[in-house]
Amino acid sequence: MAAYTRREMMAIAAARQIEDGDIVFCGTGISMLAAMAAKHISAPNSTIFFETGAIDSRLEEVPMAVADPRVMYGTAVNGSLADAFATMQNRWTGSRVVGIMGAAQIDKFGNLNSTVIGNYDHPTVRFSGSGGACDVGSLVGRTIIFMQHEKRKFVEKLDYLTSPGWLSGSGQREQTGLAPGGPAAVITNMAVMGFDATTHEMYLKAIYPGVRPSKILAHMSFKVDTKRAYELPPPSSQELLTLREICDPQRLILG
Amino acid sequence: MQKSANKVMELSQAIGRFVTDGCHISIGGFTINRNPMAAVYEIIRQKIKNLHLYAHSNGQGVDELVGAGCAAKIEIAYAGSGRFAPTCIRFRKAVESGSIKVEDYSNYQMTLRFQAGAMGVPFLPTRSGLGTSIVDHWGFSKQMRKSDPRLPNDKLVVQENPMRGWGGIKHVVLVPAINPDVTILHVQKSDRQGTARIEGLVFADIEQAKSARHVILTCEELVDAQELRETPDRNQIPFFNVDAVVPLSHGAYPTACYRYYDYDPVYLNDYRQSAVDNNRYQKYLSTFIYGVKDHKDLLDTIGKERVLKIKADSRTGYAVNLDRK
Repeated sequence: MAAYTRREMMAIAAARQIEDGDIVFCGTGISMLAAMAAKHISAPNSTIFFETGAIDSRLEEVPMAVADPRVMYGTAVNGSLADAFATMQNRWTGSRVVGIMGAAQIDKFGNLNSTVIGNYDHPTVRFSGSGGACDVGSLVGRTIIFMQHEKRKFVEKLDYLTSPGWLSGSGQREQTGLAPGGPAAVITNMAVMGFDATTHEMYLKAIYPGVRPSKILAHMSFKVDTKRAYELPPPSSQELLTLREICDPQRLILG
Repeated sequence: MQKSANKVMELSQAIGRFVTDGCHISIGGFTINRNPMAAVYEIIRQKIKNLHLYAHSNGQGVDELVGAGCAAKIEIAYAGSGRFAPTCIRFRKAVESGSIKVEDYSNYQMTLRFQAGAMGVPFLPTRSGLGTSIVDHWGFSKQMRKSDPRLPNDKLVVQENPMRGWGGIKHVVLVPAINPDVTILHVQKSDRQGTARIEGLVFADIEQAKSARHVILTCEELVDAQELRETPDRNQIPFFNVDAVVPLSHGAYPTACYRYYDYDPVYLNDYRQSAVDNNRYQKYLSTFIYGVKDHKDLLDTIGKERVLKIKADSRTGYAVNLDRK
């Protein structure tokens, strides 16, 4: 078995969540890489699109931002922000969209904070803000979330709810008026977290080879069910080859 | 809006006339692409203050306006410059120190707000934001909103679908229209009257332009009206929305302009290094902004070699194999 980095494992674990035919919304960085890897490995008929309006970009080089000129080359359509978000809010296309995103904090229902740490009016740390994250969380059928497994990131209560996940659990999205669907998986540097089909609470779904469940719990501020966890197969040599040589040969994202 | 057939003028003249202290302004582009940077630098050089900025995801342009102390308030969805600065550094410092007031929205909400302004309606509805802190937390207080006639009394309004469940929708978020005093865009081509063509992604530039009282265009190339009118389906901005046309090669530098040049990774990385430290940032301002006469002078300071490195390849529209680390 080939040696691989945790970052490569994360990209592959996320890529495996993408199904053939999905319309994949991605942001910058590792989420873009995961979408590219899925398209080259297991989901050739998935479509990558960006909030900036680029649809099915050719991506001969890794973009450094969703407005990178590299997303504009060889697309099916170069649209606009209004088009991109309408695709998510649209009753026919929205449910087919899977959004990949990251954040500074996550709670047990997959709600995300990418705005502030501390009080909103006098924050200790200010982040970029929603961008399209609130729109994706509100509107699309399924989301995949990237997080580093740390106590300060997996929190009991968010300092600010930027992007809605399952809100406070069963039936809450529907009652609030959000689109059906919600977070499907959280990909971390140690594991893949899932959400219970009934309660929508986070649980430990799969662990990376060599990681113990107790270590994962030690890196979270809330408890999750670990009984259903299985060990995730490591990246295959074909997955690694694709990721390294086709998706990010300059190692701009893989480091 | 200007009625003349020739709106070509110098950048300093356009900024001096349409961008005034305290005015409400939006700039085009997105993160590291097609921000009207020459115009941003000219605003900084003219020491225009107390601007009220409207932005969806302007990275570099907004960060430099905030960093130079030109902005007092900002309504924004995202302040980041992609991998170069996941959170814009001077923006972050300004918010954390309380030197700027912020109101947060999402990208779709900001897009709809410009669209509402362009359409002449007071608001547009969306389902985005229900159940979030964007609805609950207001950066601009009710009192501040009430006392400022230029601001709507409400950040946004959540209400039941007035069409009584039509479309299977129970609740909507109404986001208020934006009508900036001035929007500044950098485009690839314009004629003297202001009919303009954007290549690659348009982002929300068209809505931003059409919602504004005044529009300044900086353009890579000033072309004959006849050239644009041979393929009019590729034009987006009609001349009657436009007040000033400023021909300016590399007017988006150091951000990218599709089919003309890439972003300059060296500039953006150096900027980040300067931005994290207040003393280094003052030095950056005095060297690259106050220390140069105009944008051409900045490009001369950067040097031909670096400008040539980011020249777009004719097949892809960006600089292939550019070292972007």
